[in-house]
Amino acid sequence: MLQEESDLSLVIAQIVQKLKGSSLYAQLERQAWGSWEKRILKSLNSMCTELSIPLARKRPVGEQKELLNKWNEMGTDEPDLSLFRPVYAPKDFLEVLINLRNPNYENGDSLSFRTHLGLIQVPLKVKDIPELKEFFVELGLTTGQLGIDDSTQVPPELFENEHVRIGQKVLAEQDSAAAQQYIRQGSPTALRAELWALILNISSQPEDILYYEQLKTNVIQHDLLVDSLIYKDVKLTASNDDYYFVFEDYLYQVLLCFSRDTSVLGHFAYNSASPPKSYIRGKLGLEEYAVFYPPNGVIPFHGFSMYVAPLCFLYHEPSKLYQIFREMYVRFFFRLHSISSHPSGIVSLCLLFETLLQTYLPQLFYHLREIGAQPLRISFKWMVRAFSGYLATDQLLLLWDRILGYNSLEILAVLAAAVFAFRAVNLMEVTSLAAAEAVLADLSTLKVMPLLQIFLFATVT
Amino acid sequence: METPPEPSEGEWDFYWCDVSWLRENFDHTYMDEHVRISHFRNHYELTRKNYMVKNLKRFRKQLEREAGKLEAAKCDFFPKTFEMPCEYHLFVEEFRKNPGITWIMKPVARSQGKGIFLFRRLKDIMDWRKGNAGKKLTSLEAQPARSTANPSGSHSSVALCNHRRHPSPGLFQLPQRLATTILLSVSVDVVLQDARSSDDQKEDIPVENYVAQRYIENPYLIGGRKFDLRVYVLVMSYIPLRAWLYRDGFARFSNTRFTLSSIDDQYVHLTNVAVQKTSPDYHPKKGCKWMLQRFRQYLASKHGPEAVETLFSDMDNIFIRSLQSVQKVIISDKHCFELYGYDILIDQDLKPWLLEVNASPSLTASSQEDYELKTCLLEDTLHVVDMEARLTGREKRVGGFDLMWNDGPVSREEGPPDLSGMGNFVTNTHLGCVNDRKKQLRQLFRSLQGQKKASS
Repeated sequence: MLQEESDLSLVIAQIVQKLKGSSLYAQLERQAWGSWEKRILKSLNSMCTELSIPLARKRPVGEQKELLNKWNEMGTDEPDLSLFRPVYAPKDFLEVLINLRNPNYENGDSLSFRTHLGLIQVPLKVKDIPELKEFFVELGLTTGQLGIDDSTQVPPELFENEHVRIGQKVLAEQDSAAAQQYIRQGSPTALRAELWALILNISSQPEDILYYEQLKTNVIQHDLLVDSLIYKDVKLTASNDDYYFVFEDYLYQVLLCFSRDTSVLGHFAYNSASPPKSYIRGKLGLEEYAVFYPPNGVIPFHGFSMYVAPLCFLYHEPSKLYQIFREMYVRFFFRLHSISSHPSGIVSLCLLFETLLQTYLPQLFYHLREIGAQPLRISFKWMVRAFSGYLATDQLLLLWDRILGYNSLEILAVLAAAVFAFRAVNLMEVTSLAAAEAVLADLSTLKVMPLLQIFLFATVT
Repeated sequence: METPPEPSEGEWDFYWCDVSWLRENFDHTYMDEHVRISHFRNHYELTRKNYMVKNLKRFRKQLEREAGKLEAAKCDFFPKTFEMPCEYHLFVEEFRKNPGITWIMKPVARSQGKGIFLFRRLKDIMDWRKGNAGKKLTSLEAQPARSTANPSGSHSSVALCNHRRHPSPGLFQLPQRLATTILLSVSVDVVLQDARSSDDQKEDIPVENYVAQRYIENPYLIGGRKFDLRVYVLVMSYIPLRAWLYRDGFARFSNTRFTLSSIDDQYVHLTNVAVQKTSPDYHPKKGCKWMLQRFRQYLASKHGPEAVETLFSDMDNIFIRSLQSVQKVIISDKHCFELYGYDILIDQDLKPWLLEVNASPSLTASSQEDYELKTCLLEDTLHVVDMEARLTGREKRVGGFDLMWNDGPVSREEGPPDLSGMGNFVTNTHLGCVNDRKKQLRQLFRSLQGQKKASS
């Protein structure tokens, strides 16, 4: 059941009204997701009761005024967040995925050589390298790439100049499909912001700006418990990052509005998860007394703000930044923390990663498994965050170019495998999980495109 | 902090010294030909704000006479500055011409943001004068109004300002050195420790001189925050002028959000890390710095590569002109070299402004990244100083340093520079660009070894 009322403020006000004095109950649709949802909501509820903080409340006028004045510098606020805990962290989510089993599937002979030795035990179809080579054909060795063929040693006449010229032409013609095709070879720095907007079909119309302003008003008027979680997440992750700390204020402006944006609920139509609901006390199960909480149905987890941080490099106008992030979320990011069988879903990505490693780097895979360092335990956090905060920003943006270009997140799994392949020699020498983590702790010096190219096109399969 | 025992004369070959040691000992220290020391005797001509302003003004006038107004305008990278108390009257005149703008008062010889304050009303400095170093100023004010018709400066009041002129160097012969020694004074040892930094150490002058400078009210902001840039320039000699520019550097962010309404909040306006460290918002882990590469990329994605090229070449102009302005004044001793820390502020029109030049830029590290930068910077400095005499002297790049000026502009292209139309001339600077110094050093020294073998 999705809210379709256009009057956003009315909706929010209703939610707040209904939530007075209530707690959350999960909808038990699918067992695994159901119990996971239950856990999250339990965590949220207990925080609520422990801290005696309501899920939502209307702000007194004085507080509203204060917040409005401080809107552009919310980062300077230092509320006491010590008692708040992130609702969950990626590693908690990994445990859930590991325990997924499809009851309909017969495993058959468990000693068959095709047995999967990784952590994911769900038999989804994933691509192998020949299929990936076909899928990512534009990343091949004979095609020019930004991230490789624009390095200082390569004269710009060979590729870069022409590529920039084509990019400008694509933008001039406002051709979204052409832009998507073009960006598979990477986007020039100066054109990236516009290209992404074109591909995501974002144009800042007055109604979009107005919508953002409405969301902002909602933030001013109502205080949600998740706001504190957002604050905490930003302070713990983005604010501590060597580069993203500068954009702290923008992150609040985006994420606080995001949590109130009921239009985001639309993505649940193609997401097999369902948003958490709250019921008025005593009316559990009666749909007319249910509301979604938070209003956008997305409970932030530890590291969530890192989805937004890299975008601050490209967009400086709050409503445009917001729109781009929202679109990126409902097209891609949501798949990284919800359970589904979609090829870009996190389950498939994990399986793809493990299969690639087991098939093409078997020695490394077995070695790591032997020492108790299942590779997925290390690479999971990279994939859940789409590598944000792990790669250098310019490399990350080149990677996200390809996500947009291929409309798929599979490249994250391929990159994760490529990173392991790159550091294989060192990894073969480690003897513990901690040591393996140490080898892979710092990805900030990696060059993404050469790694991908070598792994896909230059390794003997 | 323990000071290492003073060496006897002539016992060292390389000394990374404190400016205080320099002041006391340079003039009567004999140095062999190969000996190197890390400061020029009268570096303060460039690094003390009041001297720098004077030298720059004089240089500008000279340029105007010789090459016209357009050329002289290239020196307009320094916000209008007046020495206090000597130029007080000139300052008041300028002040009255521009009502409502903000000014900043800075002590000439202190560093790390100490003693700085902002003001908009003359009343504010009146109050300050009564309190502080204003004794001299008050006596000047008390005199009957004198004509301020001395346009070239305040020579009439020179006597009241405590200008130090360098004593003539005295030399006397000393016994030959006995062994190769390198001395590092305390300030470099602290690279590895988290101790006080050594920015432009305090000179012992009895009267505190100040400068009043026009405050730049429209700084470029990132994330709503003000920042300044720290850039490293290595000068190997002034006559002829040979200067190298380091590719790495950083942008230092203010921890609080910029607004002109709170000029009392020194945390907002001063971006020195030392001041930021005392702000209640400061998180030591962050360090509030961006490496220049990141800064350059950010600007490129926002304004396009051409605008960034223009900005960076304007900055090159600042470095070169500021050095040229003191070229004739600085005693160019062949033993001396100096690593300067330039502080640059960018405004919203992407125009760079020179805030100041530091003769002893801080070498303490605020983060791992900072530590890497500074250790590599020092290493490359030593490579350029070349105590081991490995270089040919024709190199245009050593590690992270690019030769920016060699008695004339240095071009990125090979071959003699084409100065006729300055048409395709691109300076040999790569500030904020990729710094693959390890690779470059390997190649450089390998080829130097090869050359040596070939000629032996």
